[in-house]
Amino acid sequence: MLKIEAIIQPAKLDTVKEALIEAGIEGITVLEARGHGRQKGHTEFYRGREYTVDLLPKVKLEMVIADAVRDKVVAAILGAARTGHIGDGKIFISKVEEAIRIRNDERGEAAI
Amino acid sequence: MHSRALKSLILFVCLGVPTLALAVAPRIGPSPPATQAEVAALTQSIRDAQSSGDNAWVLVSAALVLMMTAPGLVLFYGGLVRRKNILGTMMQSFAMMGLITVLWAVVGYSLAFGAGNGFIGGFEHLFLRGVTLAPNPNYGGTIPEQSFMIYQLMFAIITPALITGAFAERVKFSSMSVFLCLWSLVVYCPMAHMIWGVGGILNFANTAARWPVFDFAGGTVVHITSGVSALVCALYLGKRAGYPQEDMQPHSMVLSFIGAGMLWVGWFGFNAGSALGAGPLATSAFVNTQFAAAAAAITWVITEWLQNGKPTALGAISGAVAGLATITQASGFVQPMSALAIGAIAGVVCCFMVFRVKKFFGYDDSLDAFGVHGVGGTMGALLTGLFACSAINAVFGKNAAGSPNPAGAIDGNWHQVINQAVGMGIGWALAIAGTLVLLFLVDKTMGLRISASEEAQGLDLSQHGEEGYVLN
Repeated sequence: MLKIEAIIQPAKLDTVKEALIEAGIEGITVLEARGHGRQKGHTEFYRGREYTVDLLPKVKLEMVIADAVRDKVVAAILGAARTGHIGDGKIFISKVEEAIRIRNDERGEAAI
Repeated sequence: MHSRALKSLILFVCLGVPTLALAVAPRIGPSPPATQAEVAALTQSIRDAQSSGDNAWVLVSAALVLMMTAPGLVLFYGGLVRRKNILGTMMQSFAMMGLITVLWAVVGYSLAFGAGNGFIGGFEHLFLRGVTLAPNPNYGGTIPEQSFMIYQLMFAIITPALITGAFAERVKFSSMSVFLCLWSLVVYCPMAHMIWGVGGILNFANTAARWPVFDFAGGTVVHITSGVSALVCALYLGKRAGYPQEDMQPHSMVLSFIGAGMLWVGWFGFNAGSALGAGPLATSAFVNTQFAAAAAAITWVITEWLQNGKPTALGAISGAVAGLATITQASGFVQPMSALAIGAIAGVVCCFMVFRVKKFFGYDDSLDAFGVHGVGGTMGALLTGLFACSAINAVFGKNAAGSPNPAGAIDGNWHQVINQAVGMGIGWALAIAGTLVLLFLVDKTMGLRISASEEAQGLDLSQHGEEGYVLN
């Protein structure tokens, strides 16, 4: 099992979600996040004071998937989230030891 | 057959109806003269009719002015602070609704509107003794005095609440409550008495007043006293920890926006209600209020647009509030076009004060209570002297020829600008002296500022043991 963490532009959430459903992903967790990578922040003005906001609003998707669908999922996210501009986000993939469904104690891939 | 019936109907209508009308018409001839009792009854019912109209408007206005404090000011200020301080900031204003009300009933109204001397009222209305449902000819002669009392209470509530914008995010709740209660008695009540109270040294209705000041709805009484005191508080308390290096942007512009909208609407009660009646003067103040707010919102936004390249939402609502604070004093004295001009000036000057002057001196008037209310009130005091027009409000009565005596400089009475400046000067002096003494006393006995760790934690948790936003 693999855990996919994808940080994307908030505006891309709907298209990415639809692409993932099309790719057969059933479970997904969405978090509102703030952060920055290479993208610099922007400035905001409040009553003439300039504020540099370097933590920008992002959306973070988390899902745990079977090893077999890895490429399909990555392709779906890439296809749906890419605008080609800086700030499009990142995808992190890591190994997951175990998954447990709380309702009935199912284990492993059956639980995801 | 059919046409005959029609003809007789027409005949009846043409002849019969006028005859019938003549028969029931009153006899022409001298009627018995109305008795004195009848005249008195008529006079009384006319008086009652006017009273119910005036009273309806004043009571609605009182409710509108209370709405300016909560939820108006509460949301406006609440949105401008950081999220850990929202409840504390809201409580600072809301506390005034409780504390000042009780204080007003016990002693405040008496000190502001009792006879007393030229500077402060007496104690004859302690516990509202003698404040009845009968009108008081000195204070809106057509409405019950209790209506006037409750209307004025709403002003007494919002004035200290405005000050809380200066010491946002760093003051102890207990000390703030004590300070603002004392402030209401030491600064607000005397100022209200001098300008509006019977026999007040600045009251234009007092023929013995040497400097008759025009303050229709409290530009000096409310906005100068609160705004200048706010500046003194900001200087005395010092900056918030981390100011100005750390980012402290408003945590919810949405809340502030809603609050500002309520302030604008409530201000119709504040200004137009100050006519203490539902007559044309209320209309004049209503129109001027709207015009000044609109003009100031536009000029503030244009000023910052030219400076920073973007028209901000906070600029628009700050401009509107600045325009409203500035027109307050003039609202029942000036022509609508003067109100547009006053608003336009207010937007530019207050924007400049908040953007440049505050930065230059480096004081932390956190929510710009001075920059908006103090500056707006001060400008309003002087501009009223300039634009007051006897055609709107014949303040100084009429001359032998029956035309109104000149009111402001626009009528040729330049001396009124000096009168206004004297009123403004007294407002500034009283606010500075009173606030400094009270801050010192409260600081030495109770301590004004929360500790550094409490400040980092936020007012909500440290002062009230609550959170504005929880995750569940």
